[in-house]
Amino acid sequence: MDWSYTIWIPLLPLIGFLIIGFVGRKLPYPVPGLIGTTGIFGALVLSYITAYRYFFVANTAGSFEPIKGVEMLWMTFSDKLHFNMGVLLDPISVMMLVVVTTVSFLVHLYSIGYMKGDPGFGRFFTFLSLFTFSMLGLVVATNLFQIYFFWELVGVSSYLLIGFYYEKPSAILASKKAFIVTRFADFFFLIGILVISYYTGTFDFLTLNGMSESTLASVGSASFMGMSVLALGLTLAFIGGAGKSAMFPLHIWLPDAMEGPTPVSALIHAATMVVAGVFLVARLFPMYYHVDGGSVLHIIAFVGATSSLIAAIIATTQMDIKRVLAFSTMSQIGYMMLALGVSGYEGHHGLGYTASMFHLFTHAFFKSLLFLGAGSIIHAVHSNYMTKMGGLRKYMPITHITFLLAALAIAGIPPFAGFFSKDAILDAAYMHNKIYFWIGWFVAGLTAFYMFRLYFRIFWYEDREYHHTPHESPLTMTLPLMILAVLSVVAGFVFFYFLPFGTYITPTGEEFHMHIDYFLAGISVLVGIVGIVIAWIMYFKKNDKAEKVAKAFGAFYKWTYNKFYIDEIYMFVTKKIMFGIISAGWMWFDTYIVDGSMNLIGNTTVKTSHALKKIQSGKLQDYVYGVVLGVVALAVIFIYIWTR
Amino acid sequence: MNILTLLVVIPALTILGLIFTKGYKQARLLSAVGMGLQFVATLYLVYMYFQARGAGNTDEFLFEQNLVWFKSLNIHYHVAIDGIGVLMMLLTSIITFAGVFASWEVMDLAKEFYIFLIMLAMGVFGFFIAQDLFTMFVFYEIAVIPMYVLIGIWGTGPKEYSAMKLTLMLMGGSALLMVALLGIYFNSETAAGLHTFDMQELSKMHFPFAIQKFFFPFAFVGFGVLGALFPFHTWSPDGHASAPTAVSMLHAGVLMKLGSYGAFRVAMYLMPEAAVYFADFFLILTGFSVIYGAFVAVRKTDLKFINAYSSVSHVGLILFALMMFTKTAFTGAILQMISHGLMTAMFFGLIGMIYGRTHTREIHKMGGLMKILPVISATYVIAGLASLGLPGLSGFVAEMNIFVGAWENPNLLNRVFSVIAISAIVVTAVYILRVVGVLLMGPLKNPEHANLPKVKWFERVVIILLMGSIVGMGTMPLWITDTIREGLVPIMEKFVH
Repeated sequence: MDWSYTIWIPLLPLIGFLIIGFVGRKLPYPVPGLIGTTGIFGALVLSYITAYRYFFVANTAGSFEPIKGVEMLWMTFSDKLHFNMGVLLDPISVMMLVVVTTVSFLVHLYSIGYMKGDPGFGRFFTFLSLFTFSMLGLVVATNLFQIYFFWELVGVSSYLLIGFYYEKPSAILASKKAFIVTRFADFFFLIGILVISYYTGTFDFLTLNGMSESTLASVGSASFMGMSVLALGLTLAFIGGAGKSAMFPLHIWLPDAMEGPTPVSALIHAATMVVAGVFLVARLFPMYYHVDGGSVLHIIAFVGATSSLIAAIIATTQMDIKRVLAFSTMSQIGYMMLALGVSGYEGHHGLGYTASMFHLFTHAFFKSLLFLGAGSIIHAVHSNYMTKMGGLRKYMPITHITFLLAALAIAGIPPFAGFFSKDAILDAAYMHNKIYFWIGWFVAGLTAFYMFRLYFRIFWYEDREYHHTPHESPLTMTLPLMILAVLSVVAGFVFFYFLPFGTYITPTGEEFHMHIDYFLAGISVLVGIVGIVIAWIMYFKKNDKAEKVAKAFGAFYKWTYNKFYIDEIYMFVTKKIMFGIISAGWMWFDTYIVDGSMNLIGNTTVKTSHALKKIQSGKLQDYVYGVVLGVVALAVIFIYIWTR
Repeated sequence: MNILTLLVVIPALTILGLIFTKGYKQARLLSAVGMGLQFVATLYLVYMYFQARGAGNTDEFLFEQNLVWFKSLNIHYHVAIDGIGVLMMLLTSIITFAGVFASWEVMDLAKEFYIFLIMLAMGVFGFFIAQDLFTMFVFYEIAVIPMYVLIGIWGTGPKEYSAMKLTLMLMGGSALLMVALLGIYFNSETAAGLHTFDMQELSKMHFPFAIQKFFFPFAFVGFGVLGALFPFHTWSPDGHASAPTAVSMLHAGVLMKLGSYGAFRVAMYLMPEAAVYFADFFLILTGFSVIYGAFVAVRKTDLKFINAYSSVSHVGLILFALMMFTKTAFTGAILQMISHGLMTAMFFGLIGMIYGRTHTREIHKMGGLMKILPVISATYVIAGLASLGLPGLSGFVAEMNIFVGAWENPNLLNRVFSVIAISAIVVTAVYILRVVGVLLMGPLKNPEHANLPKVKWFERVVIILLMGSIVGMGTMPLWITDTIREGLVPIMEKFVH
């Protein structure tokens, strides 16, 4: 079968980017938006065709072979290492193509309404197209270096979009922070790539994943601090992924990234770019599993579980609705990491892997729906703070219903999408380690609580007077909400019962049967309902219970509200130590020692010359005097030598 | 006429013509025409080169011309070029051409300004084609001396101090270099029993290790001073800060590359064993300077100082890569020469455009320029992204070759300093984004800046020339890397043990 057309999936948004960037930026509303949306629509159609052909025509269920649609040499490093660019099609990349193009298309559509009247309308779509191109290039990467290439590009698109309102100081700070924190993680990623490629001699994913346990053990036999070098390389690569996916303790940029326009948060910081870290681990999963007996997976599971717990706790106290969603995103991505970390490889043991991808898939829909809903609310109320909201259900019926559906989905209430994927994750965790299961279980309860806290606080709580009466958003904004709401409802059971993920997306490409463990599902739904009920008690009607609870928790509440002061620790290390002590110290050294010694040489020369020039007086008698003295001195010396 | 000689003759004729011009309009027009011709001739050279290679010519050097200059001393005017040289020539002519447009509004003593500017460029062109060490040294001095005049007369700020410092430090480097060149000369012996300066002949001789060990540091440090080798880099910030725009562009863009190019093609190529012997020492110096320049740049507030320290970091990376002795790292070093040349010329060009409008280079005295000067600001952001190694722009291509190549050297010390050097990508991001945040983003800080003039046509020419090259190199690196790798084959033979 011919797959070469797949190169157009990333290229169409690139063409859109170039057209808008060079000529379309100044065109009248909504032309730039339409150009961008058309480009991504083309990519969407091609992705769906590709998905259909890949899953149903080219392969039969249960034996999905990776296919290289396109591959070409981009740069030569050495005789052994080549930097290729191409399109790799395998179950997860095809799934990601569908997710990215779907969400991106809907976000483009939504933005045409949301960004109306903004002077940077054209610029917004330029960046959005650049992002979509980069993200698509990332998911189809055939090798480590290609993924790094696009990894950096999505990072910069994210930077540009977070700093979109570039006159706002908070946006500037947030964009810088996002870029630098992820860049810091990428530094480890890059070294990881260098380590892996040095020992294995390749960047290619298929070659890397195809290596058997014994091959990996022999090529990576050297060890570094008790770890085999390949395990070290994979850990470093995971740190890069953890930075992009906002895992603890590299998560600090994500909440601040909410300074960007809300559609951006929905696309980049909820559905696509932030799951790149999960995707990276999944992409190299066979290697992670086979190196050192999967020791790196333990780290991944631990980081995932910790992140999901910490984020869920912080989310319960935040007042800015986008920040609640940001921490929720971090928590859900923690789930995905946890699932990968606890996953086995063959047959039913690969459930964690499948569950992770399943959750990535469903989460993309309901979380982008939540963000777009939040955007619609912010658009109407002109504030991010839930204290400025309440009783909005009367004014914004569509936003209300779609938000409720998304909240039910993320809370894991059957039959909504989140229930199936989350249940699969908890199942996988239970098989691996009970502690992880109970952490996940507790997080499920917290998730339901903070989500419904948000829901009740925004749409019920109190009927308040608004300065401008809020009104429902236009159709370009509500239509994407409705589409995503449908997906949030059906994506779970369709891909559980009719086109089960276990058939299509597994570590080995061989199918297994997914089923529901009714005991585990029962207790996790139960904890979800408990969370919703608590939220209902505290926030359904206006009351002071929430403050009382906050008081009861005392210092712990304060710590949580301040996100455990992690930002402050970072600020101290970077501002005070890195740039206060090292940078200032070296600058002092440069000015006074390095340059000072150069000036000293110069000045000494000048001074010496000033001293010496007196000898050159121009008076003949002085010179003769010198000559005579010299002759006498020489005479004395020679006489002394001869008479010895 | 030999095409390489033509590339020296065109600037020389331009200088000659300039003597007879009147007024700045004639002078700049003639300079633009002359350097435009030069640019076309360079493109033709590139074309000829690839045609010759395509036709199966596998000689190491092409377009050779060898004339006797001083018979008694066996000095020749010997020019020839390989793939690496072709790329350096292309870089030089792009930057020189852009430099003429960047100084479009120089009106005081414009004629003299262009004469010295083009003389500088001529020196660089000659340097890259010279195959005789003496010829090379002559061109090297032709390139270095005009700096003194250009900074001293057309500069800003403490220009006399900066010009003096720059010239003296570079002359100090030249003195060391002269020692090394004479050392090589007197230890050489051709078949006819003569001493020689000819690099092709010298490369076939094998100097005793003791000789190499003695003269290598002279040659390497001598060139290294011009290549901003830590701790001999301090002429660069002061010099650049005082220099007029086009001079900064040419100086940081190509003249500093003479240093690293010479350190590679002369010092290391002719004395490979000594290079390996001293590698660890210079590795520590250069690896440190990569991170050092970046950290100092974080604290500076003058745009030119920031860029000068950024250059210390970036050219440090060139010399750092040379200390790795792998083909990939060498490729990266050459790529970094080209990439840094384009980037830093772009930066200095943009800084000149901003300074010309706001009359300040203090980043804290400006702010929110994005709204007022969208084209210049957007270009600044892209140049910044190139500088921090964004894929799709030239910096990424060069840095990745260096890092992959550095990792191929398995010594522990090399590994440690590779990690240190790689960590500079984070610090680079900090200082670049800091400038972007303070200078370009945010609300307009100084209300006097609200009506700054828009970008002019000749400024657009500068942007298009340099930005086009940066993007072109970043998106289609294959032909460049392959050309360099081809040129490195004979050099690598020296380092295979």
